[in-house]
Amino acid sequence: MTLELKGITKRFGSLVANDRIDLRVEEGEIHCLLGENGAGKSTLMNVLYGLHRPDEGQILVGGEPRAFDGPRDAIAAGIGMVHQHFMLIPAFTVAENVMLGDERVRAGGLLDHAKARKDVAEISARYGLRVDPDATVGDLPVGVQQRVEIVKALTREAEVLILDEPTAVLTPQEIEELFTVMRSLREAGRSIVFITHKLKEVKAIADRITVIRRGAVVGTASPDAGEAELASMMVGRNVRLQVEKAQHTGSDTDPIFSVRDLTVLGENGQVVVDDLSFDIRRGEILAVAGVQGNGQTELGEAILGLRPPAGGSIRLEGRELTGRSPRHVLRSGVGYIPEDRSLDGVVGSASVAENLVLDLYDVSPFGRRGSMDVGAVHSNAAQRVEEFDIRTSSVETAVGTLSGGNQQKVVVAREMSRPLRLLVASQPTRGVDVGAMEFIHSRIVAERDQGRPVLIISTELDEVFALADRIAVMYRGKIMAIVPPDTSREDVGLLMAGVNPGDGAAPAEEETIPEEVGDE
Amino acid sequence: MSERSTAEKRNNDGPLRRVLDGVVTGRPWFVTVLAILLALVVGAILIVVSDQEVLSKYGYFFASPGAALGSSWNDVATAYSALFKGAIFDPGNASSLTSALQPISETLTEATPLIFGGLSVGLAFRAGLFNIGGQGQLIIGAIAATYIGFTLHGVVALPAAIIAGIIGGAALGGLVGLLKARTGAHEVIVTIMLNYVSVAFLAYLINTGTFKDPTNPQPVSKPVTAGARLPHLAGDTLRLNAGILIGIAAVAFTWWLLNRSTLGFQLRTVGANPNAARTAGMNVGRVQIMAMLFSGGLMGLVGVSQVLGTANANNALTPQIDAGLGFSAITVALLGRASPIGTVVASLLFGALQAGGRAMQVSSANVSIEIVTVIQALIVLFVAAPPLIRGLFRLRGGESVDTGLAAKGWNG
Amino acid sequence: MTTTLATPSAATEAPATGRSRRRWYVGGVMILIGAYGLVAFGLGTRTAHGRTSTFGLDLVGAGGVDMPDLKVPAATTAMVLSVICVALGVARMAVEPRRLWRVLTTTAFLACFIAAFLVWATANQSLNFASVLNATVLAAVPLILGALCGVLCERSGVINVAIEGQFLFGACAAAFTASLTGSLWAGLVAGCLAGALLGAILAVFANRYKVQQVVLGVVLNLLAAGLTGFLYDRILQPNSGGYNQALAFPNLRIPGLVSIPVIGPVLFNQNIIVYATMVLIAVVQFGLFHTRWGLRTRAVGEHPTAADTVGIKVLATRYRNVIIGGLISGLGGVWLTIGLNIPFNKNMAAGQGFIALAALIFGRWSPLGALSAALLFGFFEAISTSLQPLGTPVPSQFLTMAPYLATIFAVAGLVGHVRAPAADGQPYG
Repeated sequence: MTLELKGITKRFGSLVANDRIDLRVEEGEIHCLLGENGAGKSTLMNVLYGLHRPDEGQILVGGEPRAFDGPRDAIAAGIGMVHQHFMLIPAFTVAENVMLGDERVRAGGLLDHAKARKDVAEISARYGLRVDPDATVGDLPVGVQQRVEIVKALTREAEVLILDEPTAVLTPQEIEELFTVMRSLREAGRSIVFITHKLKEVKAIADRITVIRRGAVVGTASPDAGEAELASMMVGRNVRLQVEKAQHTGSDTDPIFSVRDLTVLGENGQVVVDDLSFDIRRGEILAVAGVQGNGQTELGEAILGLRPPAGGSIRLEGRELTGRSPRHVLRSGVGYIPEDRSLDGVVGSASVAENLVLDLYDVSPFGRRGSMDVGAVHSNAAQRVEEFDIRTSSVETAVGTLSGGNQQKVVVAREMSRPLRLLVASQPTRGVDVGAMEFIHSRIVAERDQGRPVLIISTELDEVFALADRIAVMYRGKIMAIVPPDTSREDVGLLMAGVNPGDGAAPAEEETIPEEVGDE
Repeated sequence: MSERSTAEKRNNDGPLRRVLDGVVTGRPWFVTVLAILLALVVGAILIVVSDQEVLSKYGYFFASPGAALGSSWNDVATAYSALFKGAIFDPGNASSLTSALQPISETLTEATPLIFGGLSVGLAFRAGLFNIGGQGQLIIGAIAATYIGFTLHGVVALPAAIIAGIIGGAALGGLVGLLKARTGAHEVIVTIMLNYVSVAFLAYLINTGTFKDPTNPQPVSKPVTAGARLPHLAGDTLRLNAGILIGIAAVAFTWWLLNRSTLGFQLRTVGANPNAARTAGMNVGRVQIMAMLFSGGLMGLVGVSQVLGTANANNALTPQIDAGLGFSAITVALLGRASPIGTVVASLLFGALQAGGRAMQVSSANVSIEIVTVIQALIVLFVAAPPLIRGLFRLRGGESVDTGLAAKGWNG
Repeated sequence: MTTTLATPSAATEAPATGRSRRRWYVGGVMILIGAYGLVAFGLGTRTAHGRTSTFGLDLVGAGGVDMPDLKVPAATTAMVLSVICVALGVARMAVEPRRLWRVLTTTAFLACFIAAFLVWATANQSLNFASVLNATVLAAVPLILGALCGVLCERSGVINVAIEGQFLFGACAAAFTASLTGSLWAGLVAGCLAGALLGAILAVFANRYKVQQVVLGVVLNLLAAGLTGFLYDRILQPNSGGYNQALAFPNLRIPGLVSIPVIGPVLFNQNIIVYATMVLIAVVQFGLFHTRWGLRTRAVGEHPTAADTVGIKVLATRYRNVIIGGLISGLGGVWLTIGLNIPFNKNMAAGQGFIALAALIFGRWSPLGALSAALLFGFFEAISTSLQPLGTPVPSQFLTMAPYLATIFAVAGLVGHVRAPAADGQPYG
């Protein structure tokens, strides 16, 4: 069955997530949708699955125009979706999850477990999707859970299967198995939309490729296209943010901040930061680039002490920070800009003034012997609002009512208002306007120019190139390489996708990569 | 566009205009006023439909609608005027200053434990915790205060008994905080269970030789010594006692704690966004324990005022010493939006309802005081759902009223 | 490289270490408690001097099969039972049993310890054990019904702490309607509907206005207590002859089953509400795990977004479950008045709604678990009253506390992990 999207436009407020997108998926085709995070791929698929209604445009299934009011309609039209965050109930068995909403029942609404089990077994045999129908989903590894999702879609007779970033959570072996399954589905005449940002995978499996950037289709390509070409289509090459920045000079000094053999475990005990080591010197910005979910978040949390490392050490000016409480780390002179400001950075219902002293409330002049000096909090706030150009009607305004850029400036102002020995900034300009972005970048560079070591963690390549003195690319919890900032964008893109530009498309896992390629 | 124009108006116009504006757009204070009125109306309907005589007149409603409506009106007017007279001022009984002040004295006396309780629940709310354990904490506080109260004599007795009450309540509250911080046990479940444990413990204790009053056949404790009683403030005939002064001090202290202390800053941060609190280096578990300690201590003061104040004539422990205050306190905190000043206003309102309710019960209207509980519950229910009130009264506006409690389940 | 290799293995070992620590801990506590029983019950003065404990096994007036009294030597029996407790503790410490064996050993341990306690308490006296069991059933009925209501609500993701209020509504409506109409069945229907009405209010405020559900339940309890108290003062009490009589459904003997020794008369010579409760337990347990309705209910309570993506109507499911739950806890209220031949009285639920909540949690949100917890709590209630005439040094209030303390231990993770449905209490949409 063919699937065609014509001129799909989806806006959220002033943001255009999808801009007149055209896409045609043929029967028995694996169609890759390639694009960076935030390029609008997932929005497009949610439109297709009936979770969002498009503002403009048309969906044609098998040549017929269809309108979807909810997932139920999309399922009925033969569209199946495997969400990036699985829509499975951990406490249920595989068979229960598969039949939920489309139950196999006998007379009187009694569940027919035997039939459900049989259906699962049949589908898994036909496409090589090995799953045990009686296993509890919560006990299964993510790779198997994903197979359950695919089985779930197939038992609903999906003709078009959407896989949203299916490989993000898989091991290389599991990815190979997934590809085998996808090929057998293609042979059975099903169409697959495969959403990803990983070039290597695209080349391995795709029949056709559509590249999306900033909500719009930038072109289509065949899998024979070179990785460099695909990478440049995906990340774009024209936009380079310019930040006034003097040449880094301190390469002769000893490292001030050093991370050695750091290993951090995720929620389920899997290794998310894998034996990582790097140094930052005086007055140097090290930017960690990488696709979201490759261990950067956990790296930041481990440095602050929110997540106890399973091994290795973190040292600042020779003093051990490993395993210390966040309070201790902050008081040692670490400035920390968290990745998600509304979740971890600000208290939305509290005032600007209070948010500006969130981690300074009990030190002079704000707090003395258990009591807070509101006057000092306010005069500090007035000063920071001025200095950091925070656009707010008053310092009493609740931070949650400010724009994203101004909220972020509050966080930046707070973290830079005490004497720092190290600045750690995760996604420092995510979701902020261009003006605030430039301002925040210039402040970060100013910190560096005063001799502070700075660690930037960013998934935005533009930001990485604008700020970095050295770029460390993270992939699957490891540093692929640390490269100088004049490295080409394409090469960094390849590293982010797990490909070492030095030796073609060989998979990264199978080689020993020198820890600091191209450094010095 | 209309949003901007109303916002501009609000800034530029005079006070009257702003009040009108608040009425039209259904701002929180106006929603609260409507909630109170609506609850009183429902109360009036209940009074009418539960009166058999009046109802019998509705039997001939079409023959003489005047009789039915008239006696309905009569019923409600008698009841609510008795309520007013019992709570604020009774022109028929104002011959002396003392008798004129009697209703106000009653209202303040009834409001005193509600102030402590409302502060306690409100303080926990601000830290993101729901303390339904008031009943248990106030019982343990009352037990501690009573024990010290009948053991010690002289000038030390009163302060020692008060402190004992605070410590008693704080100990139980702190236990809840500790279990929450260390094991993740949900504070709501633990506090509910501890309420009944405390009730049973009180029932046991009151029959032991240490506590039981040998001269009384009922299960009642020995009365506290004269020195341990909270003194009357305005003559012995008025029930107004020094408890209200402790209440004012508690309001001032809680206000300072929440708004001016470093602990209060942590407490509010943890309550509003525990993730941000953790990222800013705060110890969330420790803050939760502290919040429950203070919350429990304030509940202990409810127990203190129940035993040492003029709430019971004997100044002794009885099995019903909690008088449902642990739960009334929740309604106070909700209506007062968990702020100390709001709590005072809500306590005065509910205290007046309580004092007036008693007058209403003995008046010719003969309306059970239980109606007060109904009205309290309805007020809180209506306040908790502003869209309901706005919908009923066709108000515009959508500013949500923050009760300070994010929805969360048993697991979080 | 060594760190990397060491970490994953450490990660996989961690839970195992926790489990073995729990094994030592649980086994140790069981041994200590058993040893305490040995010293206090077996070797204490109360059971000394060759005294015997006598247990009556006939339920007076129920007319089952005649059973002789059970007479046992107090000291020896208490000692044997305590030694079994210690042995069970040793066994638990020695091997990590499977789930079924864990449940069985824990049940056996509790049974032996309680039996040892009863033998000690009854030494030189006599206790009608059949009437204790009967009182257990009578006390457990409202707890079971309230907990089943909780199962329906919370499995679909709505926290219901207003069971107490639903009991009061149901009890008041049942007594009033039955007295007024003279029909017990009308009373039963009215009581159930009153419970459902409060359930409907809970559902609307929780689902539509997204009011914090625990707060909501507390306020609804106050509303129910106030409203029923008000109606009692204004209408029921002044005309108790007409509006608030003591009425009850007659007991129905089930031939055959009633002849089962000891438990026959206890279980099969009861009134219709007891039988309805038994049926409801089976229906809810079966429905929840074997029907489409149950699967969808649990899905909505665990992961409403996932349920939504496969086309299940989340809010409709929640409304339906909360209102049906209200019918069931309304029946619990009916039991308190016309089930037990008692007129309505203010606050007559007396915290039983909260014990039902405790049974729900202690029974881990499953109907059969709630049944076991309710029976255990009912048994504590029953022995706390039956022991009073025996003059034991144990205050009855301590037995009253037991269900609540057990629940605190459960949620604090001291007796295994208790987990609510994942989306319990979270509004959707």
